[in-house]
Amino acid sequence: MKQIYLDYNSTTPLDERVLEAMLPYLKGKFGNASSLHNFGREAKAGIEEAREEMAALIGAEPAELYFTSGGTESDNLALKGIGYARKAKKDHLIVSAIEHHAVLTTAKYLEKNGFKADYLGTDREGFVSPPELKEKLTDRTSIVSIMHANNEVGTVQDIRPLVDIAHEKGALFHTDAVQSVGKIKVDVRQLEVDLLSLTAHKICGPKGIGAIFIRKGIKIAPLLHGGHHEKGRRAGTENVAGIVGFARALELAVSTRESEHARLAGLADFFISQVQSKISDVHLNGPRDNNRRIPSTVNLSFQAVEGESIILSLDMKGVGVASGSACTSGSLEASHVLTAMDVPPELAQGSIRFSMGRFTTKEDLEYTISVLPEIIDRLRAMSPLYNKDR
Amino acid sequence: MRDMNKKVLVAVSGGVDSSTALLLLKEQGYEVAAAHMKLWDYADVGGDSYSDGRCCSLESINDLRIICNRLQIPFYVLDFSRQFRETVIGNFVSEYRAGHTPNPCILCNTHLKWSDFLQKGREIGCDYIATGHYAITAYDHAGSRYILRKGVDATRDQSYALWGLNQEALSRTLLPLGGYHKTEIREIARRLGLKNAEKPESREICFIADDDYHRFLREWEEKEGRSFQPGDIVEKNGRVLGRHEGIAFYTIGQRKGLGITHPTPLYVLDIDVEANTIIVGEDEELLSDKMTVSRINWVSIDNPVASFQAKVKIRYLHNAASATVSLREGNIAEVSFERPQRAITPGQSAVFYEGDMVLGGGIIEKEKNC
Repeated sequence: MKQIYLDYNSTTPLDERVLEAMLPYLKGKFGNASSLHNFGREAKAGIEEAREEMAALIGAEPAELYFTSGGTESDNLALKGIGYARKAKKDHLIVSAIEHHAVLTTAKYLEKNGFKADYLGTDREGFVSPPELKEKLTDRTSIVSIMHANNEVGTVQDIRPLVDIAHEKGALFHTDAVQSVGKIKVDVRQLEVDLLSLTAHKICGPKGIGAIFIRKGIKIAPLLHGGHHEKGRRAGTENVAGIVGFARALELAVSTRESEHARLAGLADFFISQVQSKISDVHLNGPRDNNRRIPSTVNLSFQAVEGESIILSLDMKGVGVASGSACTSGSLEASHVLTAMDVPPELAQGSIRFSMGRFTTKEDLEYTISVLPEIIDRLRAMSPLYNKDR
Repeated sequence: MRDMNKKVLVAVSGGVDSSTALLLLKEQGYEVAAAHMKLWDYADVGGDSYSDGRCCSLESINDLRIICNRLQIPFYVLDFSRQFRETVIGNFVSEYRAGHTPNPCILCNTHLKWSDFLQKGREIGCDYIATGHYAITAYDHAGSRYILRKGVDATRDQSYALWGLNQEALSRTLLPLGGYHKTEIREIARRLGLKNAEKPESREICFIADDDYHRFLREWEEKEGRSFQPGDIVEKNGRVLGRHEGIAFYTIGQRKGLGITHPTPLYVLDIDVEANTIIVGEDEELLSDKMTVSRINWVSIDNPVASFQAKVKIRYLHNAASATVSLREGNIAEVSFERPQRAITPGQSAVFYEGDMVLGGGIIEKEKNC
C-alpha cells in the first residue's frame, strides 16, 4: 500500500546529504572532542566548524551557540537556566498559552518551585497581543517566552515588537524557533531575541540534537552538570555526528528556503482548495495568509467529526497525519492551542494537522484528497452532531 | 463462515487470549488491526504499576507492539477512560453503596466494548470487532437470529459475561477462541511466538490491580469527599453481634472478616442499606429458591414465551441450575429454582441457558421479603 507522510511538523525524513555528512563522524572520526590527542582534535574540529557555520546562518556569533539534545532540552535550559540565574530579584515568567509542552510544562514546573507565571492568550488566529504582554510585565519578570512559529497551526508571531516591550521592562526574551528555523527567515540580530531554541529533526536532520542561542553576556544556570563542555553550560560528551549532521541540515534548509517556501505554499493552497471543494464544512485553523503562517502547516477542522477516527482511517489508507501535536496524541483533550485560539470544542475535536516538507509531492496530496471525502462522509453518516439537512 | 476479505479490529489486553485471537484471525486471512482499550489510569484507581504484571501492564502491551510491528499489524491505543470511569467505575461504587455486589466486567462488555469500541471499529472502516472471549457466536438461519453459545472449554467458558450483547453487536463480532480449549490456545500461542503463553490468568477486576477492593473503594470515596459509615452486624431477630466498617465491604454469603466469635459459622444473609446493618445467619439460611431478575436482554431468542424452563447461572463460578423462568412486564422475570441455591446476590448477573446456548441475562434484584 502507498505510504504517504504528511506529518513533517512532528518529524522529518533524514536527507541523504545529511547522512553523508554524518558518516565520517560515525565510522571514522570517532574521537571524544575533549581529548588532547589527534583523534579528539579532529572530532572537535568537526564540532567547531559546524558551530561556526550554523551561527552564521542564524545571525549569531559562534560563541553564542550551544548544542543540546534537542528542542525540549533547549526550551528547558532557556526557562530554567534564566529562571534560576535571576531568581533572587526576578521570579516571574510570561509565556504564551500556545507554546509547545516543552515550554508550558516547564513553566508549570517552575510555578511549583517558587516562581510565578502568566500565560498570554491569543486571538482567533493564534497571535499574541502586545498590549496584553505589556500589561502582564512587571519589575520581577525574568523572561518572556513566545514561540516564533506554532507547531499545530503554523501561526508566525511578529516577534520583534514583543521583544522590545519585554526589554523595556528589563525582561529577557526567548523564542522557540523549532518550527520556523529553515522555513522562514530567522536572524537573531533582526529579531533581537536573547535566547532561541532550534532542533535538527524538523529540518531533515537527525533526531537527538538541538541547539540554543544565548546572547553574549547572559548568565544561565546549566541543567546538566559534569564536564566543562559547551563552556560549562551543557555537560556531556558531544554528539559529534549529530552536530555535523545538524549543520548540514540547516545549511540545506536555509539555502533552499525561499524556493521551498513558494513551492510548499503552492502545494498548501492546492490542498486547501481541493479539500474545501470536495468536502463541506471544513475550517482552516490559523491564518490563511501564507506570509503569516508557515504554509506547509495545514490544520483543518471537519465539522461534526472526531479527529482520532479520521487519523486512524487515514492510517489504514497509508496516510500519516496528526491531530493536536504528536506529544498529545492518545489524549482525549482538545488541543491547548486550539482552545487558546477559541476554536469551539466541536471543531477542535475534529481537527487534523497536515504538514508537508521537502519530499512532499503533488501526487501525495492528490492521493490524500482522493481518500479523504469517503472517510469524512462515512464518519458524518454516523455522527449524531452532523446536521444532514444542510 | 464470515467473509475473509473483511477488516477486523481486535481488542487486545496484552494477555495470551486476545493476542492469540489477533494472530489466529490474521492467519485465517482477515485484515486485522489491534487496539488496546485504555480504560483507567493508576493515578486514578491506585495500586502499583511496578508490581502488577497482568492484563494492562505496559510490559505486556509493549511485547504485543513488537509482535504487531513485525507482522505489519496496525496497533492503536484507544482511550475510553472517561466512559469507563462514568459507566463502569461509577456503577461499581454506587452498587456497593447500595448493598449490592456488582459485576463491572459485564457493564464494560455491554456498554464499552460492544458499544463504544464497536462504534470505533465502524468509524475506522472495520467490518467486525473481535475479542479473546471463550464463547461462540453464530447465525441461526432457522430463527433468523445471531446466537451466543458457551465455549467448548467448560473450565474457561466466558459466555456468562456476554449476556448484554444485542443482535447488532453480535452481527459484527468475531470470537475466534470459543472452539478451542485453553491448553490448545497456549500451544497456539507458543507456536506463534507469543511471550505471554505462560502468563497467569487474569480473573479479578482489571482496574483493581492489587485485588484490594477495600482499598479501592475507600480511596475512591475519599476522593469524592465521602466515607463509609460503620454500623452493626445483627442476627435476623435484631440482636447485635458485632460492628462492620461499612456495608460496601460485604457481600452475600461472606464468612470472613465478620470479627464475630460464634459457636457455628456465620454468613452474611442480607445488607440493610437504610439501617446500615449487615444481617448474618447460618449456612442453611443462605439457601433460596426464588429470585427476581431485571433489565433483561434476550440474546439468542426473541420474544420468549411467558414461562419456560432454563438452566440459570447466578454467578460466574456457579453451575447453572434448573429453574422455571416466568416473565413479567418491563424486562423482568421471576425465577423459581428446582433446588434451592446458595447466596443469591443482588447486583450479580443471572444468565439463562438452554443447553450451551445463552438465551439471555439480567441483573439479580434484591428480594422485597427477606
